[in-house]
Amino acid sequence: MRVYVDGMGMLGPGLVGWEPSRLILAGDVGYHETPPPDPPASVLPPNERRRSSDCVRWAVHVAQEAIEQAETDPKTLATVFACSDGEMGILNQLCTTLAMSERVVSPTLFHQSVHNAAAGYWSIATRCQQSSTALSCYDWSFGSGLLEAAAYVCTEEKTVLLVAYDLPPPIPLYAARPLHGGYAVALVLTPHRSRRSVVQLDLALQVRASDTDTRMLDPALEALRCGNPAARALPLCSAIAKTHPAQVHLDYLEDQSIVIGVEPCRS
Amino acid sequence: MAPLILSRYTVVSALGKGLDETYRALRDRRSGLRPCDFEDVAIKTYIGRVEGLEDVPVGGPPSKGLAQFDCRNNRLALLGLQQDGFASAALEARERYGAHRVAVILGSSTSGILETEHAYRHRDPATGALPASYLTGHRYTHNMFSVAHFVRTYLGLRGPAMVISTACSSSAKAFATAARFIEAGFCDAAVVGGVDSLCQTILYGFASLELLACGPCRPCDEERDGLTLGESAGFALLEKSGRAGPPGAVALLGYGESSDGYHMSHPHPEGAGAIGAMQGALRRSGLQPGDIDYINLHGTATRANDGIEDKAVTSVFGPSTPCSSTKGWTGHTLGAAGITEAVIAALCLTRSFVPGTLNTTRVDSSLRSHVLLESQEQPVRRVLSNIFGFGGNNCSVILGLF
Repeated sequence: MRVYVDGMGMLGPGLVGWEPSRLILAGDVGYHETPPPDPPASVLPPNERRRSSDCVRWAVHVAQEAIEQAETDPKTLATVFACSDGEMGILNQLCTTLAMSERVVSPTLFHQSVHNAAAGYWSIATRCQQSSTALSCYDWSFGSGLLEAAAYVCTEEKTVLLVAYDLPPPIPLYAARPLHGGYAVALVLTPHRSRRSVVQLDLALQVRASDTDTRMLDPALEALRCGNPAARALPLCSAIAKTHPAQVHLDYLEDQSIVIGVEPCRS
Repeated sequence: MAPLILSRYTVVSALGKGLDETYRALRDRRSGLRPCDFEDVAIKTYIGRVEGLEDVPVGGPPSKGLAQFDCRNNRLALLGLQQDGFASAALEARERYGAHRVAVILGSSTSGILETEHAYRHRDPATGALPASYLTGHRYTHNMFSVAHFVRTYLGLRGPAMVISTACSSSAKAFATAARFIEAGFCDAAVVGGVDSLCQTILYGFASLELLACGPCRPCDEERDGLTLGESAGFALLEKSGRAGPPGAVALLGYGESSDGYHMSHPHPEGAGAIGAMQGALRRSGLQPGDIDYINLHGTATRANDGIEDKAVTSVFGPSTPCSSTKGWTGHTLGAAGITEAVIAALCLTRSFVPGTLNTTRVDSSLRSHVLLESQEQPVRRVLSNIFGFGGNNCSVILGLF
């Protein structure tokens, strides 16, 4: 199964934007884990932005970056939003309210609590009426999102925006899901090679015989990869950042592996 | 698209367990809705609650590791797997194709959030910490992947898996993703479906939006005053027709997905997304509007949904295609509504009837579509089912006799 990557977006500790991140992931610049600023997410109208959760801002911010790089119209793109845990910050507020004697739930909080909040805010901000899927697959949410997006690109012959994001939940939920850092990544995947194509990806799903996950060489990046489901994308992003062909193994559930051949389109 | 066969399917809702109980309730016009008696919820509304979930934990031998999944949502999933020989059919598929070649693609909107609601009532008074048992179980109960993880573990499947969570459209979209995965070669068959169970979040959340009916919901009624929440679990085993297609089987003929791109909780005023989903499903199935015998409406019974869905339906189908909403029987089961209404569509096809619209006495005169109040016995060859959700997320599926 072959797709092309036309645009990338990235936000994480020490990884602010694809261009600076590309140099780090290619090994040209050292990695320093520093907390990223609150993303502008300027695609959101000011009133929507004010109401939006951190997850929503992170997700739409990287989506916007990838779209700009791919020079494509977001209205025309189907979307896949992959996230293990969803709107934990909102759920923390809702569950806190529901544990009180007066259970006065805010209607805004309630509609923000859905797992497809980021997908919804994105489609509203871009007036996009294409298919939009939000999914979870625990630690393998990025892998599931990649399969869903690639299957869509190849069976529907349409360009897809894939966004993966996960943020550490607030206390006390953090103890239930102690995610490392916050991380969001976006890829614009297309069925046909064009002048904008950065790399060609060949994906196959295989039975996993042993632990074959491609790891990050830098220990801090490896800790991020292991500690945040969306950051499981890092080895693939690292292969995209480098300018030579590579093969990436992405563990998928306990028993499968997504094998990705990465071939640069530009020399 | 090449039709995919639903070689086995089942549903559990407030109407009962499995196909026969569901069919009998539809035929006898017996609603599953009752005054809200869920936990200590103090809202004047009705609910579609599944009996007995409080008393039957998910268990089994420790070696199977199923007990850690115990929560209301997975109890409901288990009850679903046990109906109509569904689990046996899935195990046969596992033998036939290999465990790695059978996917699990399910929909849910709130997963096991009820466990988190309970945990927040038992926080440590000194530290605010949540109970230790909750913390270790969170992955298996509340995490959005929980129900697919549980079903995959219960059935011993090792293929691709995920939970689609696009609010109410979740389990309708599971059909679309599974069809793509089969076409892409990621799997040969898929357990599709969805599970959503009652919780305080949705009851108080929909109440805050002032969308809950006081009594049982009355879809398309002039006096409709909102929706009624329910819970359900449904599953279908989706396979290519070549290996599983006896004549007369129920098949997925098409699906269409779209977004409104308009508002998080209000539908697009002209129904643009709904129209896109219905047209997409027709296009993919190669059918014309006149080929559809019956439309199972999303029909939540809110003022906005039923009015806008009516505009969308008539703009695609004109005013004569028979349609109805079955939410007066089941309530709105959110992320499981797609599979619940797909199974009802399958019953229409195999038992030759179309349900009316329960609890509705007078159809809103501003609606132009052909809303059935009474059930009709008639041959049905193709059904379109609409599901629209928060975030403006829409999906239509077409099922037909193969």
